[in-house]
Parts: sequence; C-alpha cells; structure tokens
Amino acid sequence: MAALITHSPILIIAIPLLAAFLTLPIGMASKKARNALLIVSLAFVTFLVIILARDISINGIHIYTLGATSPELTLPGGAMVPIRIILEVDAMSIFMGIIWATVSLAAAIFSLSHMASETGQNRFYTLLLLMVTGGFGMMFTGDLFNLFVFLEIASISGAALIAFRTRFADAVEGGFKYIVISAVAGLIFLFGVGLLYAQYNSLNIGFLANAMQYSTLDIIALTLFLVALTIKTGMVPLHMWYPDSYTVAPANITAMLVITSHACMYAVFRICFSLYGITLDATTVGWIIVIIGLLTMFVGVTMAVFQTDVMRFMSYHAISQMGYMWMGVGVGLAVLGNPEALATYGRDAISGGIFHILNHAMYKPLLFMTAGALFHRTGTRDLNKMGGLGHNMKFTLILYIIGTLSIAGIPPLNGFASKFLIYESVYQFNPVLAVVAMLVSIITLASFTKAFQSAFTGPQLPEYKDVKEVPKPMLIGMGILAAGIIFTSIFPGLIVERIVNPATDALINQAAYVNGIMGGGMP
Amino acid sequence: MMEYIPLNFPFLAAALLVGISFYILIFKRNLIKLIMGIAILASGVNLFLVALGYRAGGNAPIYTDVPEGPMVLPVPQALTLTSIVINVAVLALMLTMVILIYRHTGSLDSEKSRKMKG
Repeated sequence: MAALITHSPILIIAIPLLAAFLTLPIGMASKKARNALLIVSLAFVTFLVIILARDISINGIHIYTLGATSPELTLPGGAMVPIRIILEVDAMSIFMGIIWATVSLAAAIFSLSHMASETGQNRFYTLLLLMVTGGFGMMFTGDLFNLFVFLEIASISGAALIAFRTRFADAVEGGFKYIVISAVAGLIFLFGVGLLYAQYNSLNIGFLANAMQYSTLDIIALTLFLVALTIKTGMVPLHMWYPDSYTVAPANITAMLVITSHACMYAVFRICFSLYGITLDATTVGWIIVIIGLLTMFVGVTMAVFQTDVMRFMSYHAISQMGYMWMGVGVGLAVLGNPEALATYGRDAISGGIFHILNHAMYKPLLFMTAGALFHRTGTRDLNKMGGLGHNMKFTLILYIIGTLSIAGIPPLNGFASKFLIYESVYQFNPVLAVVAMLVSIITLASFTKAFQSAFTGPQLPEYKDVKEVPKPMLIGMGILAAGIIFTSIFPGLIVERIVNPATDALINQAAYVNGIMGGGMP
Repeated sequence: MMEYIPLNFPFLAAALLVGISFYILIFKRNLIKLIMGIAILASGVNLFLVALGYRAGGNAPIYTDVPEGPMVLPVPQALTLTSIVINVAVLALMLTMVILIYRHTGSLDSEKSRKMKG
C-alpha cells in the first residue's frame, strides 16, 4: 500500500495510457472484455486518486521524480538544477485530479450505451483513455514543457473525439476548429516556455519560481502563456470556437472537454500563483483576469439566451460559468501583495472560484449528458422540435432539474454555495462585480427554465410517443454526477474545509511549492 | 553592435517565420493554406528552441568521436524533437479533417464550408 501511494502519481498517468493501447487488441477479441478494461482501469485510477488525496492531506506536497533512486530526490548529488522529469502533486493538483477522475469515469460509463451504435468503438475508447492521460498529466506535472506535451495529447485526442461521428459535416467542422485553435495555442505556449528556458536554463516550475526576476522577457512570456491558455480555456473574446466544437461532440466527450478546459484554467492559476507569484505585478494581472472573467460571464449568458440548439445553448452557459471562476481567483490575485485584504476577502474569493470549479465540473457535464440523452432518443438537438419528453423520460427530467437548479445557484444546491462565497468576497473588492455576477445568475435561471419548458413539459408529441427512457449505463453515468451534486449540497462546509481551502492555500503558498523541488537535495 | 547580428540571425529568422504564419492565419481563407500557416508557425517556434541550444565554443552532445571541450546540454534539442513529433501528429489530423470537410461540403473555403454561426 505504501509503495502504491509513493508511485501513484505516475501510475495515475500511466494506467490510462497503457489501457488505451490495450483497448484495440482486446476489443478485437471481445467487446465485453474491452468495456470491462475501460471501466476497471478508470475505477482503479479513481481509487488511486483518492488514496493519493488522503496522503496529501496528511503529508503535504507529493513529489515524484522519474528515474531517480528515490522519488523525493529532486536534486541528486547536490545538483543546483533539477534535471529529471518531476511530477509535483499538491492540494490544488489533486483537487483537479479528483474532478477529472470522477467525470471521466462517469463519461466512460455513459458512453457504453451512448456510443453503442457507432462503428470503430475500439478507437473511440483508445482516444478517450488518451485524453484522460493528457488531463491527468496537465494537472500533476511540475514542468512547463511536460505541461505543453500533455496539453497537446489532450487536444489531439479531444479533436479526434469531437469529429468522431464523421458522417455529420458539422462534427468534422467542430473538430477542425478545435485542433486549429489547440495547435496555435500550444505553439504560442511553447514559445513562452522557450523564453523562460533562455533566461533560467530550466523548465521546472519550482526552480523557475525560485529564480524569477520578472524582467521584460518574463512579462512577454507571461503574456504568451495567458494568451495561449485563454484561447484554450475559451474565454471571451477568444471563445468563438468553443460553442462550435462543444455542440457537435458526443455528449460524454463534451462533458470531458469541459474539464480539459478547466485544466487549462488550472494551468493559468498555476502559472500566475506558483510560477510568478509575488514577483508578479499582482494588481494589473489580477484586474486583467477579473475583466476577462466579467466579459466572459456576461457575453456567454447573453449569447445563450437566443440559442435553439440544446447543446449550443449549454456551451454558451459553460462559457458564462467559467467567468465566475476567473473573477473569484482574479480578485484573490489582485490582492496577493496585500496580506490584510488577502486575509479578509482575497482568500475567500479564491476559495469561491475554486469551489465553483468543483460544482461546475459536476452540474455542467450532467447537463450536457442530459442533452445527449435527449439527442439519443429524439435524434435532434433543436429545442423547438422537442416537447413533452417529461412524460416518458422521467429520470432524465429529474437529473435535468437537479442540474438546472444547481447552475442557477438556487439554495440549497451546491451552485448557490460557491456563488454566494464569490458574491460575498467580491463585493468587498468592488461592488459592481458582484452585481453583474448576480444579474448573470438570474439570466441563467431564466434561460434554463425556457429550455426546460420547451424540451420536457407540454403535451406528448405524436412523433415522440414511443420514446423510452435512456439505457441504464447512461443513467448510471449521470447518476454519479448527480450524487456528487447532492453530496456537495448537503455538506458544503465539509467540502470547503477539507478539499477547497487546502487547494486555495496551496495556490497562495508559493514557498511550499518551490520548497518541494528545491528542498529535495538530500542524497 | 555588428558582431551580434550573426549570433541573433536564427532568432530574427524565427520571428520572421512567426510573423508570416500569423499573417496567413488571419488573412487566408483556404483551409490548406491555414494548415501551411500552422506548419510555418511550428517551424518558427522549433527554430527558436533549437537556436537557444547553441552556445559559442560548446560541442554538440553526440558521444561518438567527441572533440575535447565542454558539451552543451541537449535539453533544447530534445524539446525540439518532441515538438516536431507532436506537430506531425497535429498536421496529419488536420489534413484528415480537411479531406472529410471537402467530402461533405465540396469546398475548401473557410467561409463557404462553415455551417455553424452565432
């Protein structure tokens, strides 16, 4: 067990990678064995994430140096520069890891039925597992270049999955937009990595943070990172590709893409807090992030109101919700240099933003999956053509209501808990921000009620008389996420205290992150 | 001033390539040209990375028949190789999708072949 915990960071990345390439030979022999392999490997990874999370909450940051005699040995033989590939898992990384493990497991179970009629399923699951690998790699790595590599793994497999149903012209178009955007963003990011390497001769985030001067080149590199990751996260004004790609992907893939988008957001926070940290001109960068968040929130929700395509409608809401997280964390970043303000509201603002990541990562995939369930049974994504589906799809209806109430921030559901934390703390920073955030929340509720009314209520339509409830695996996949929402709604205090606040402190405490790498010189 | 120009030449070339690629990405509508733009951007970034690995007086880190003297750290070369491999995959995937787009819409013009708006 101890050995399993020690090696769990690399196992969490390696097991999906290995399973990805076993899927094809096993799938050719037996479909059932392949499905079992998929579910067992993802369930085992989830188990590893949970025991690693427990270990981190007790022992602090978990370092894993690849190829070293002992995993904690980051600086072998008293070297000054960490030369090996290092995974650094702190409370923030494992927080993202828990989300990614849960959502990918739910999405995989959902896809067992949702994709059952498609051809080439072996390749579908290979790509899905590769995407899981890429996501975990982005969250766990302590090295900027590896961040780029895993970003590209997630992007390439994600694009192929979006375009997986190649018989639809729009699916291929969405996939093409995604890969073009990802390639450009990835190369801009790589250019920034090169700039930092040119000055400090290292790629390790902890080492770079220790040596950081915040010179002109560093500012250029920061700008490149922010531009690249803003594109990849899908923030306004670089969000044009986002609804196009997310609408056409299979619903379970859209659910996972939401989390890869969060992983890019995590990379932004990691770079701002852990890489640049106190050397950063915190007020300027913080305000930039707050303003991007504010714009995203508002533009996303106003665009969503007009949509008639159910997936597109939800994609715009996903954009809008990400604005909350940027606003919360941006406010925290803006007061990073001011310990008093940080203690009174800055830390709460970051906690609110991070807690909203967790909540959004549960209700948004759930809503996308219910949209997928509607598409699975009716064959259309057009809300105007649907109607009266609540008569036959009762479980989907209930799950949709849970997701809707949560996204609109209705008490006592979890969306309320995180949004309230954001309103409360952001109000002390600047009241206008909190007012806009509340306004956006109201429009969100209004538009979701409209969508609910057009899809589920009303008399039974003749063409959907024989529509059945979706198959069990799809309900189980959605049920996992709904259970997570309900659990978080009942125990918001517990979640904030045990999972969210440690993640916030891990972001703020740059010294601990640096010490994880630079303190490991004991032979 | 003049003696720095030969040393900085690779960086100027990289900047030029990146500039050309952004011109293509913004102003060209043909999807194949778009992909070429990304390929040029990738070349620019790779040239930048590999130019970082040059140190005056250092030897290339190849162990057969190495001359006397210090060797450069091969990290930028390793980064460039990885980046090239990734870009091959990305370009292949993009070209595959362009073939499919052409089959569906009969056009490579990004304005004519797009279906989704708003």
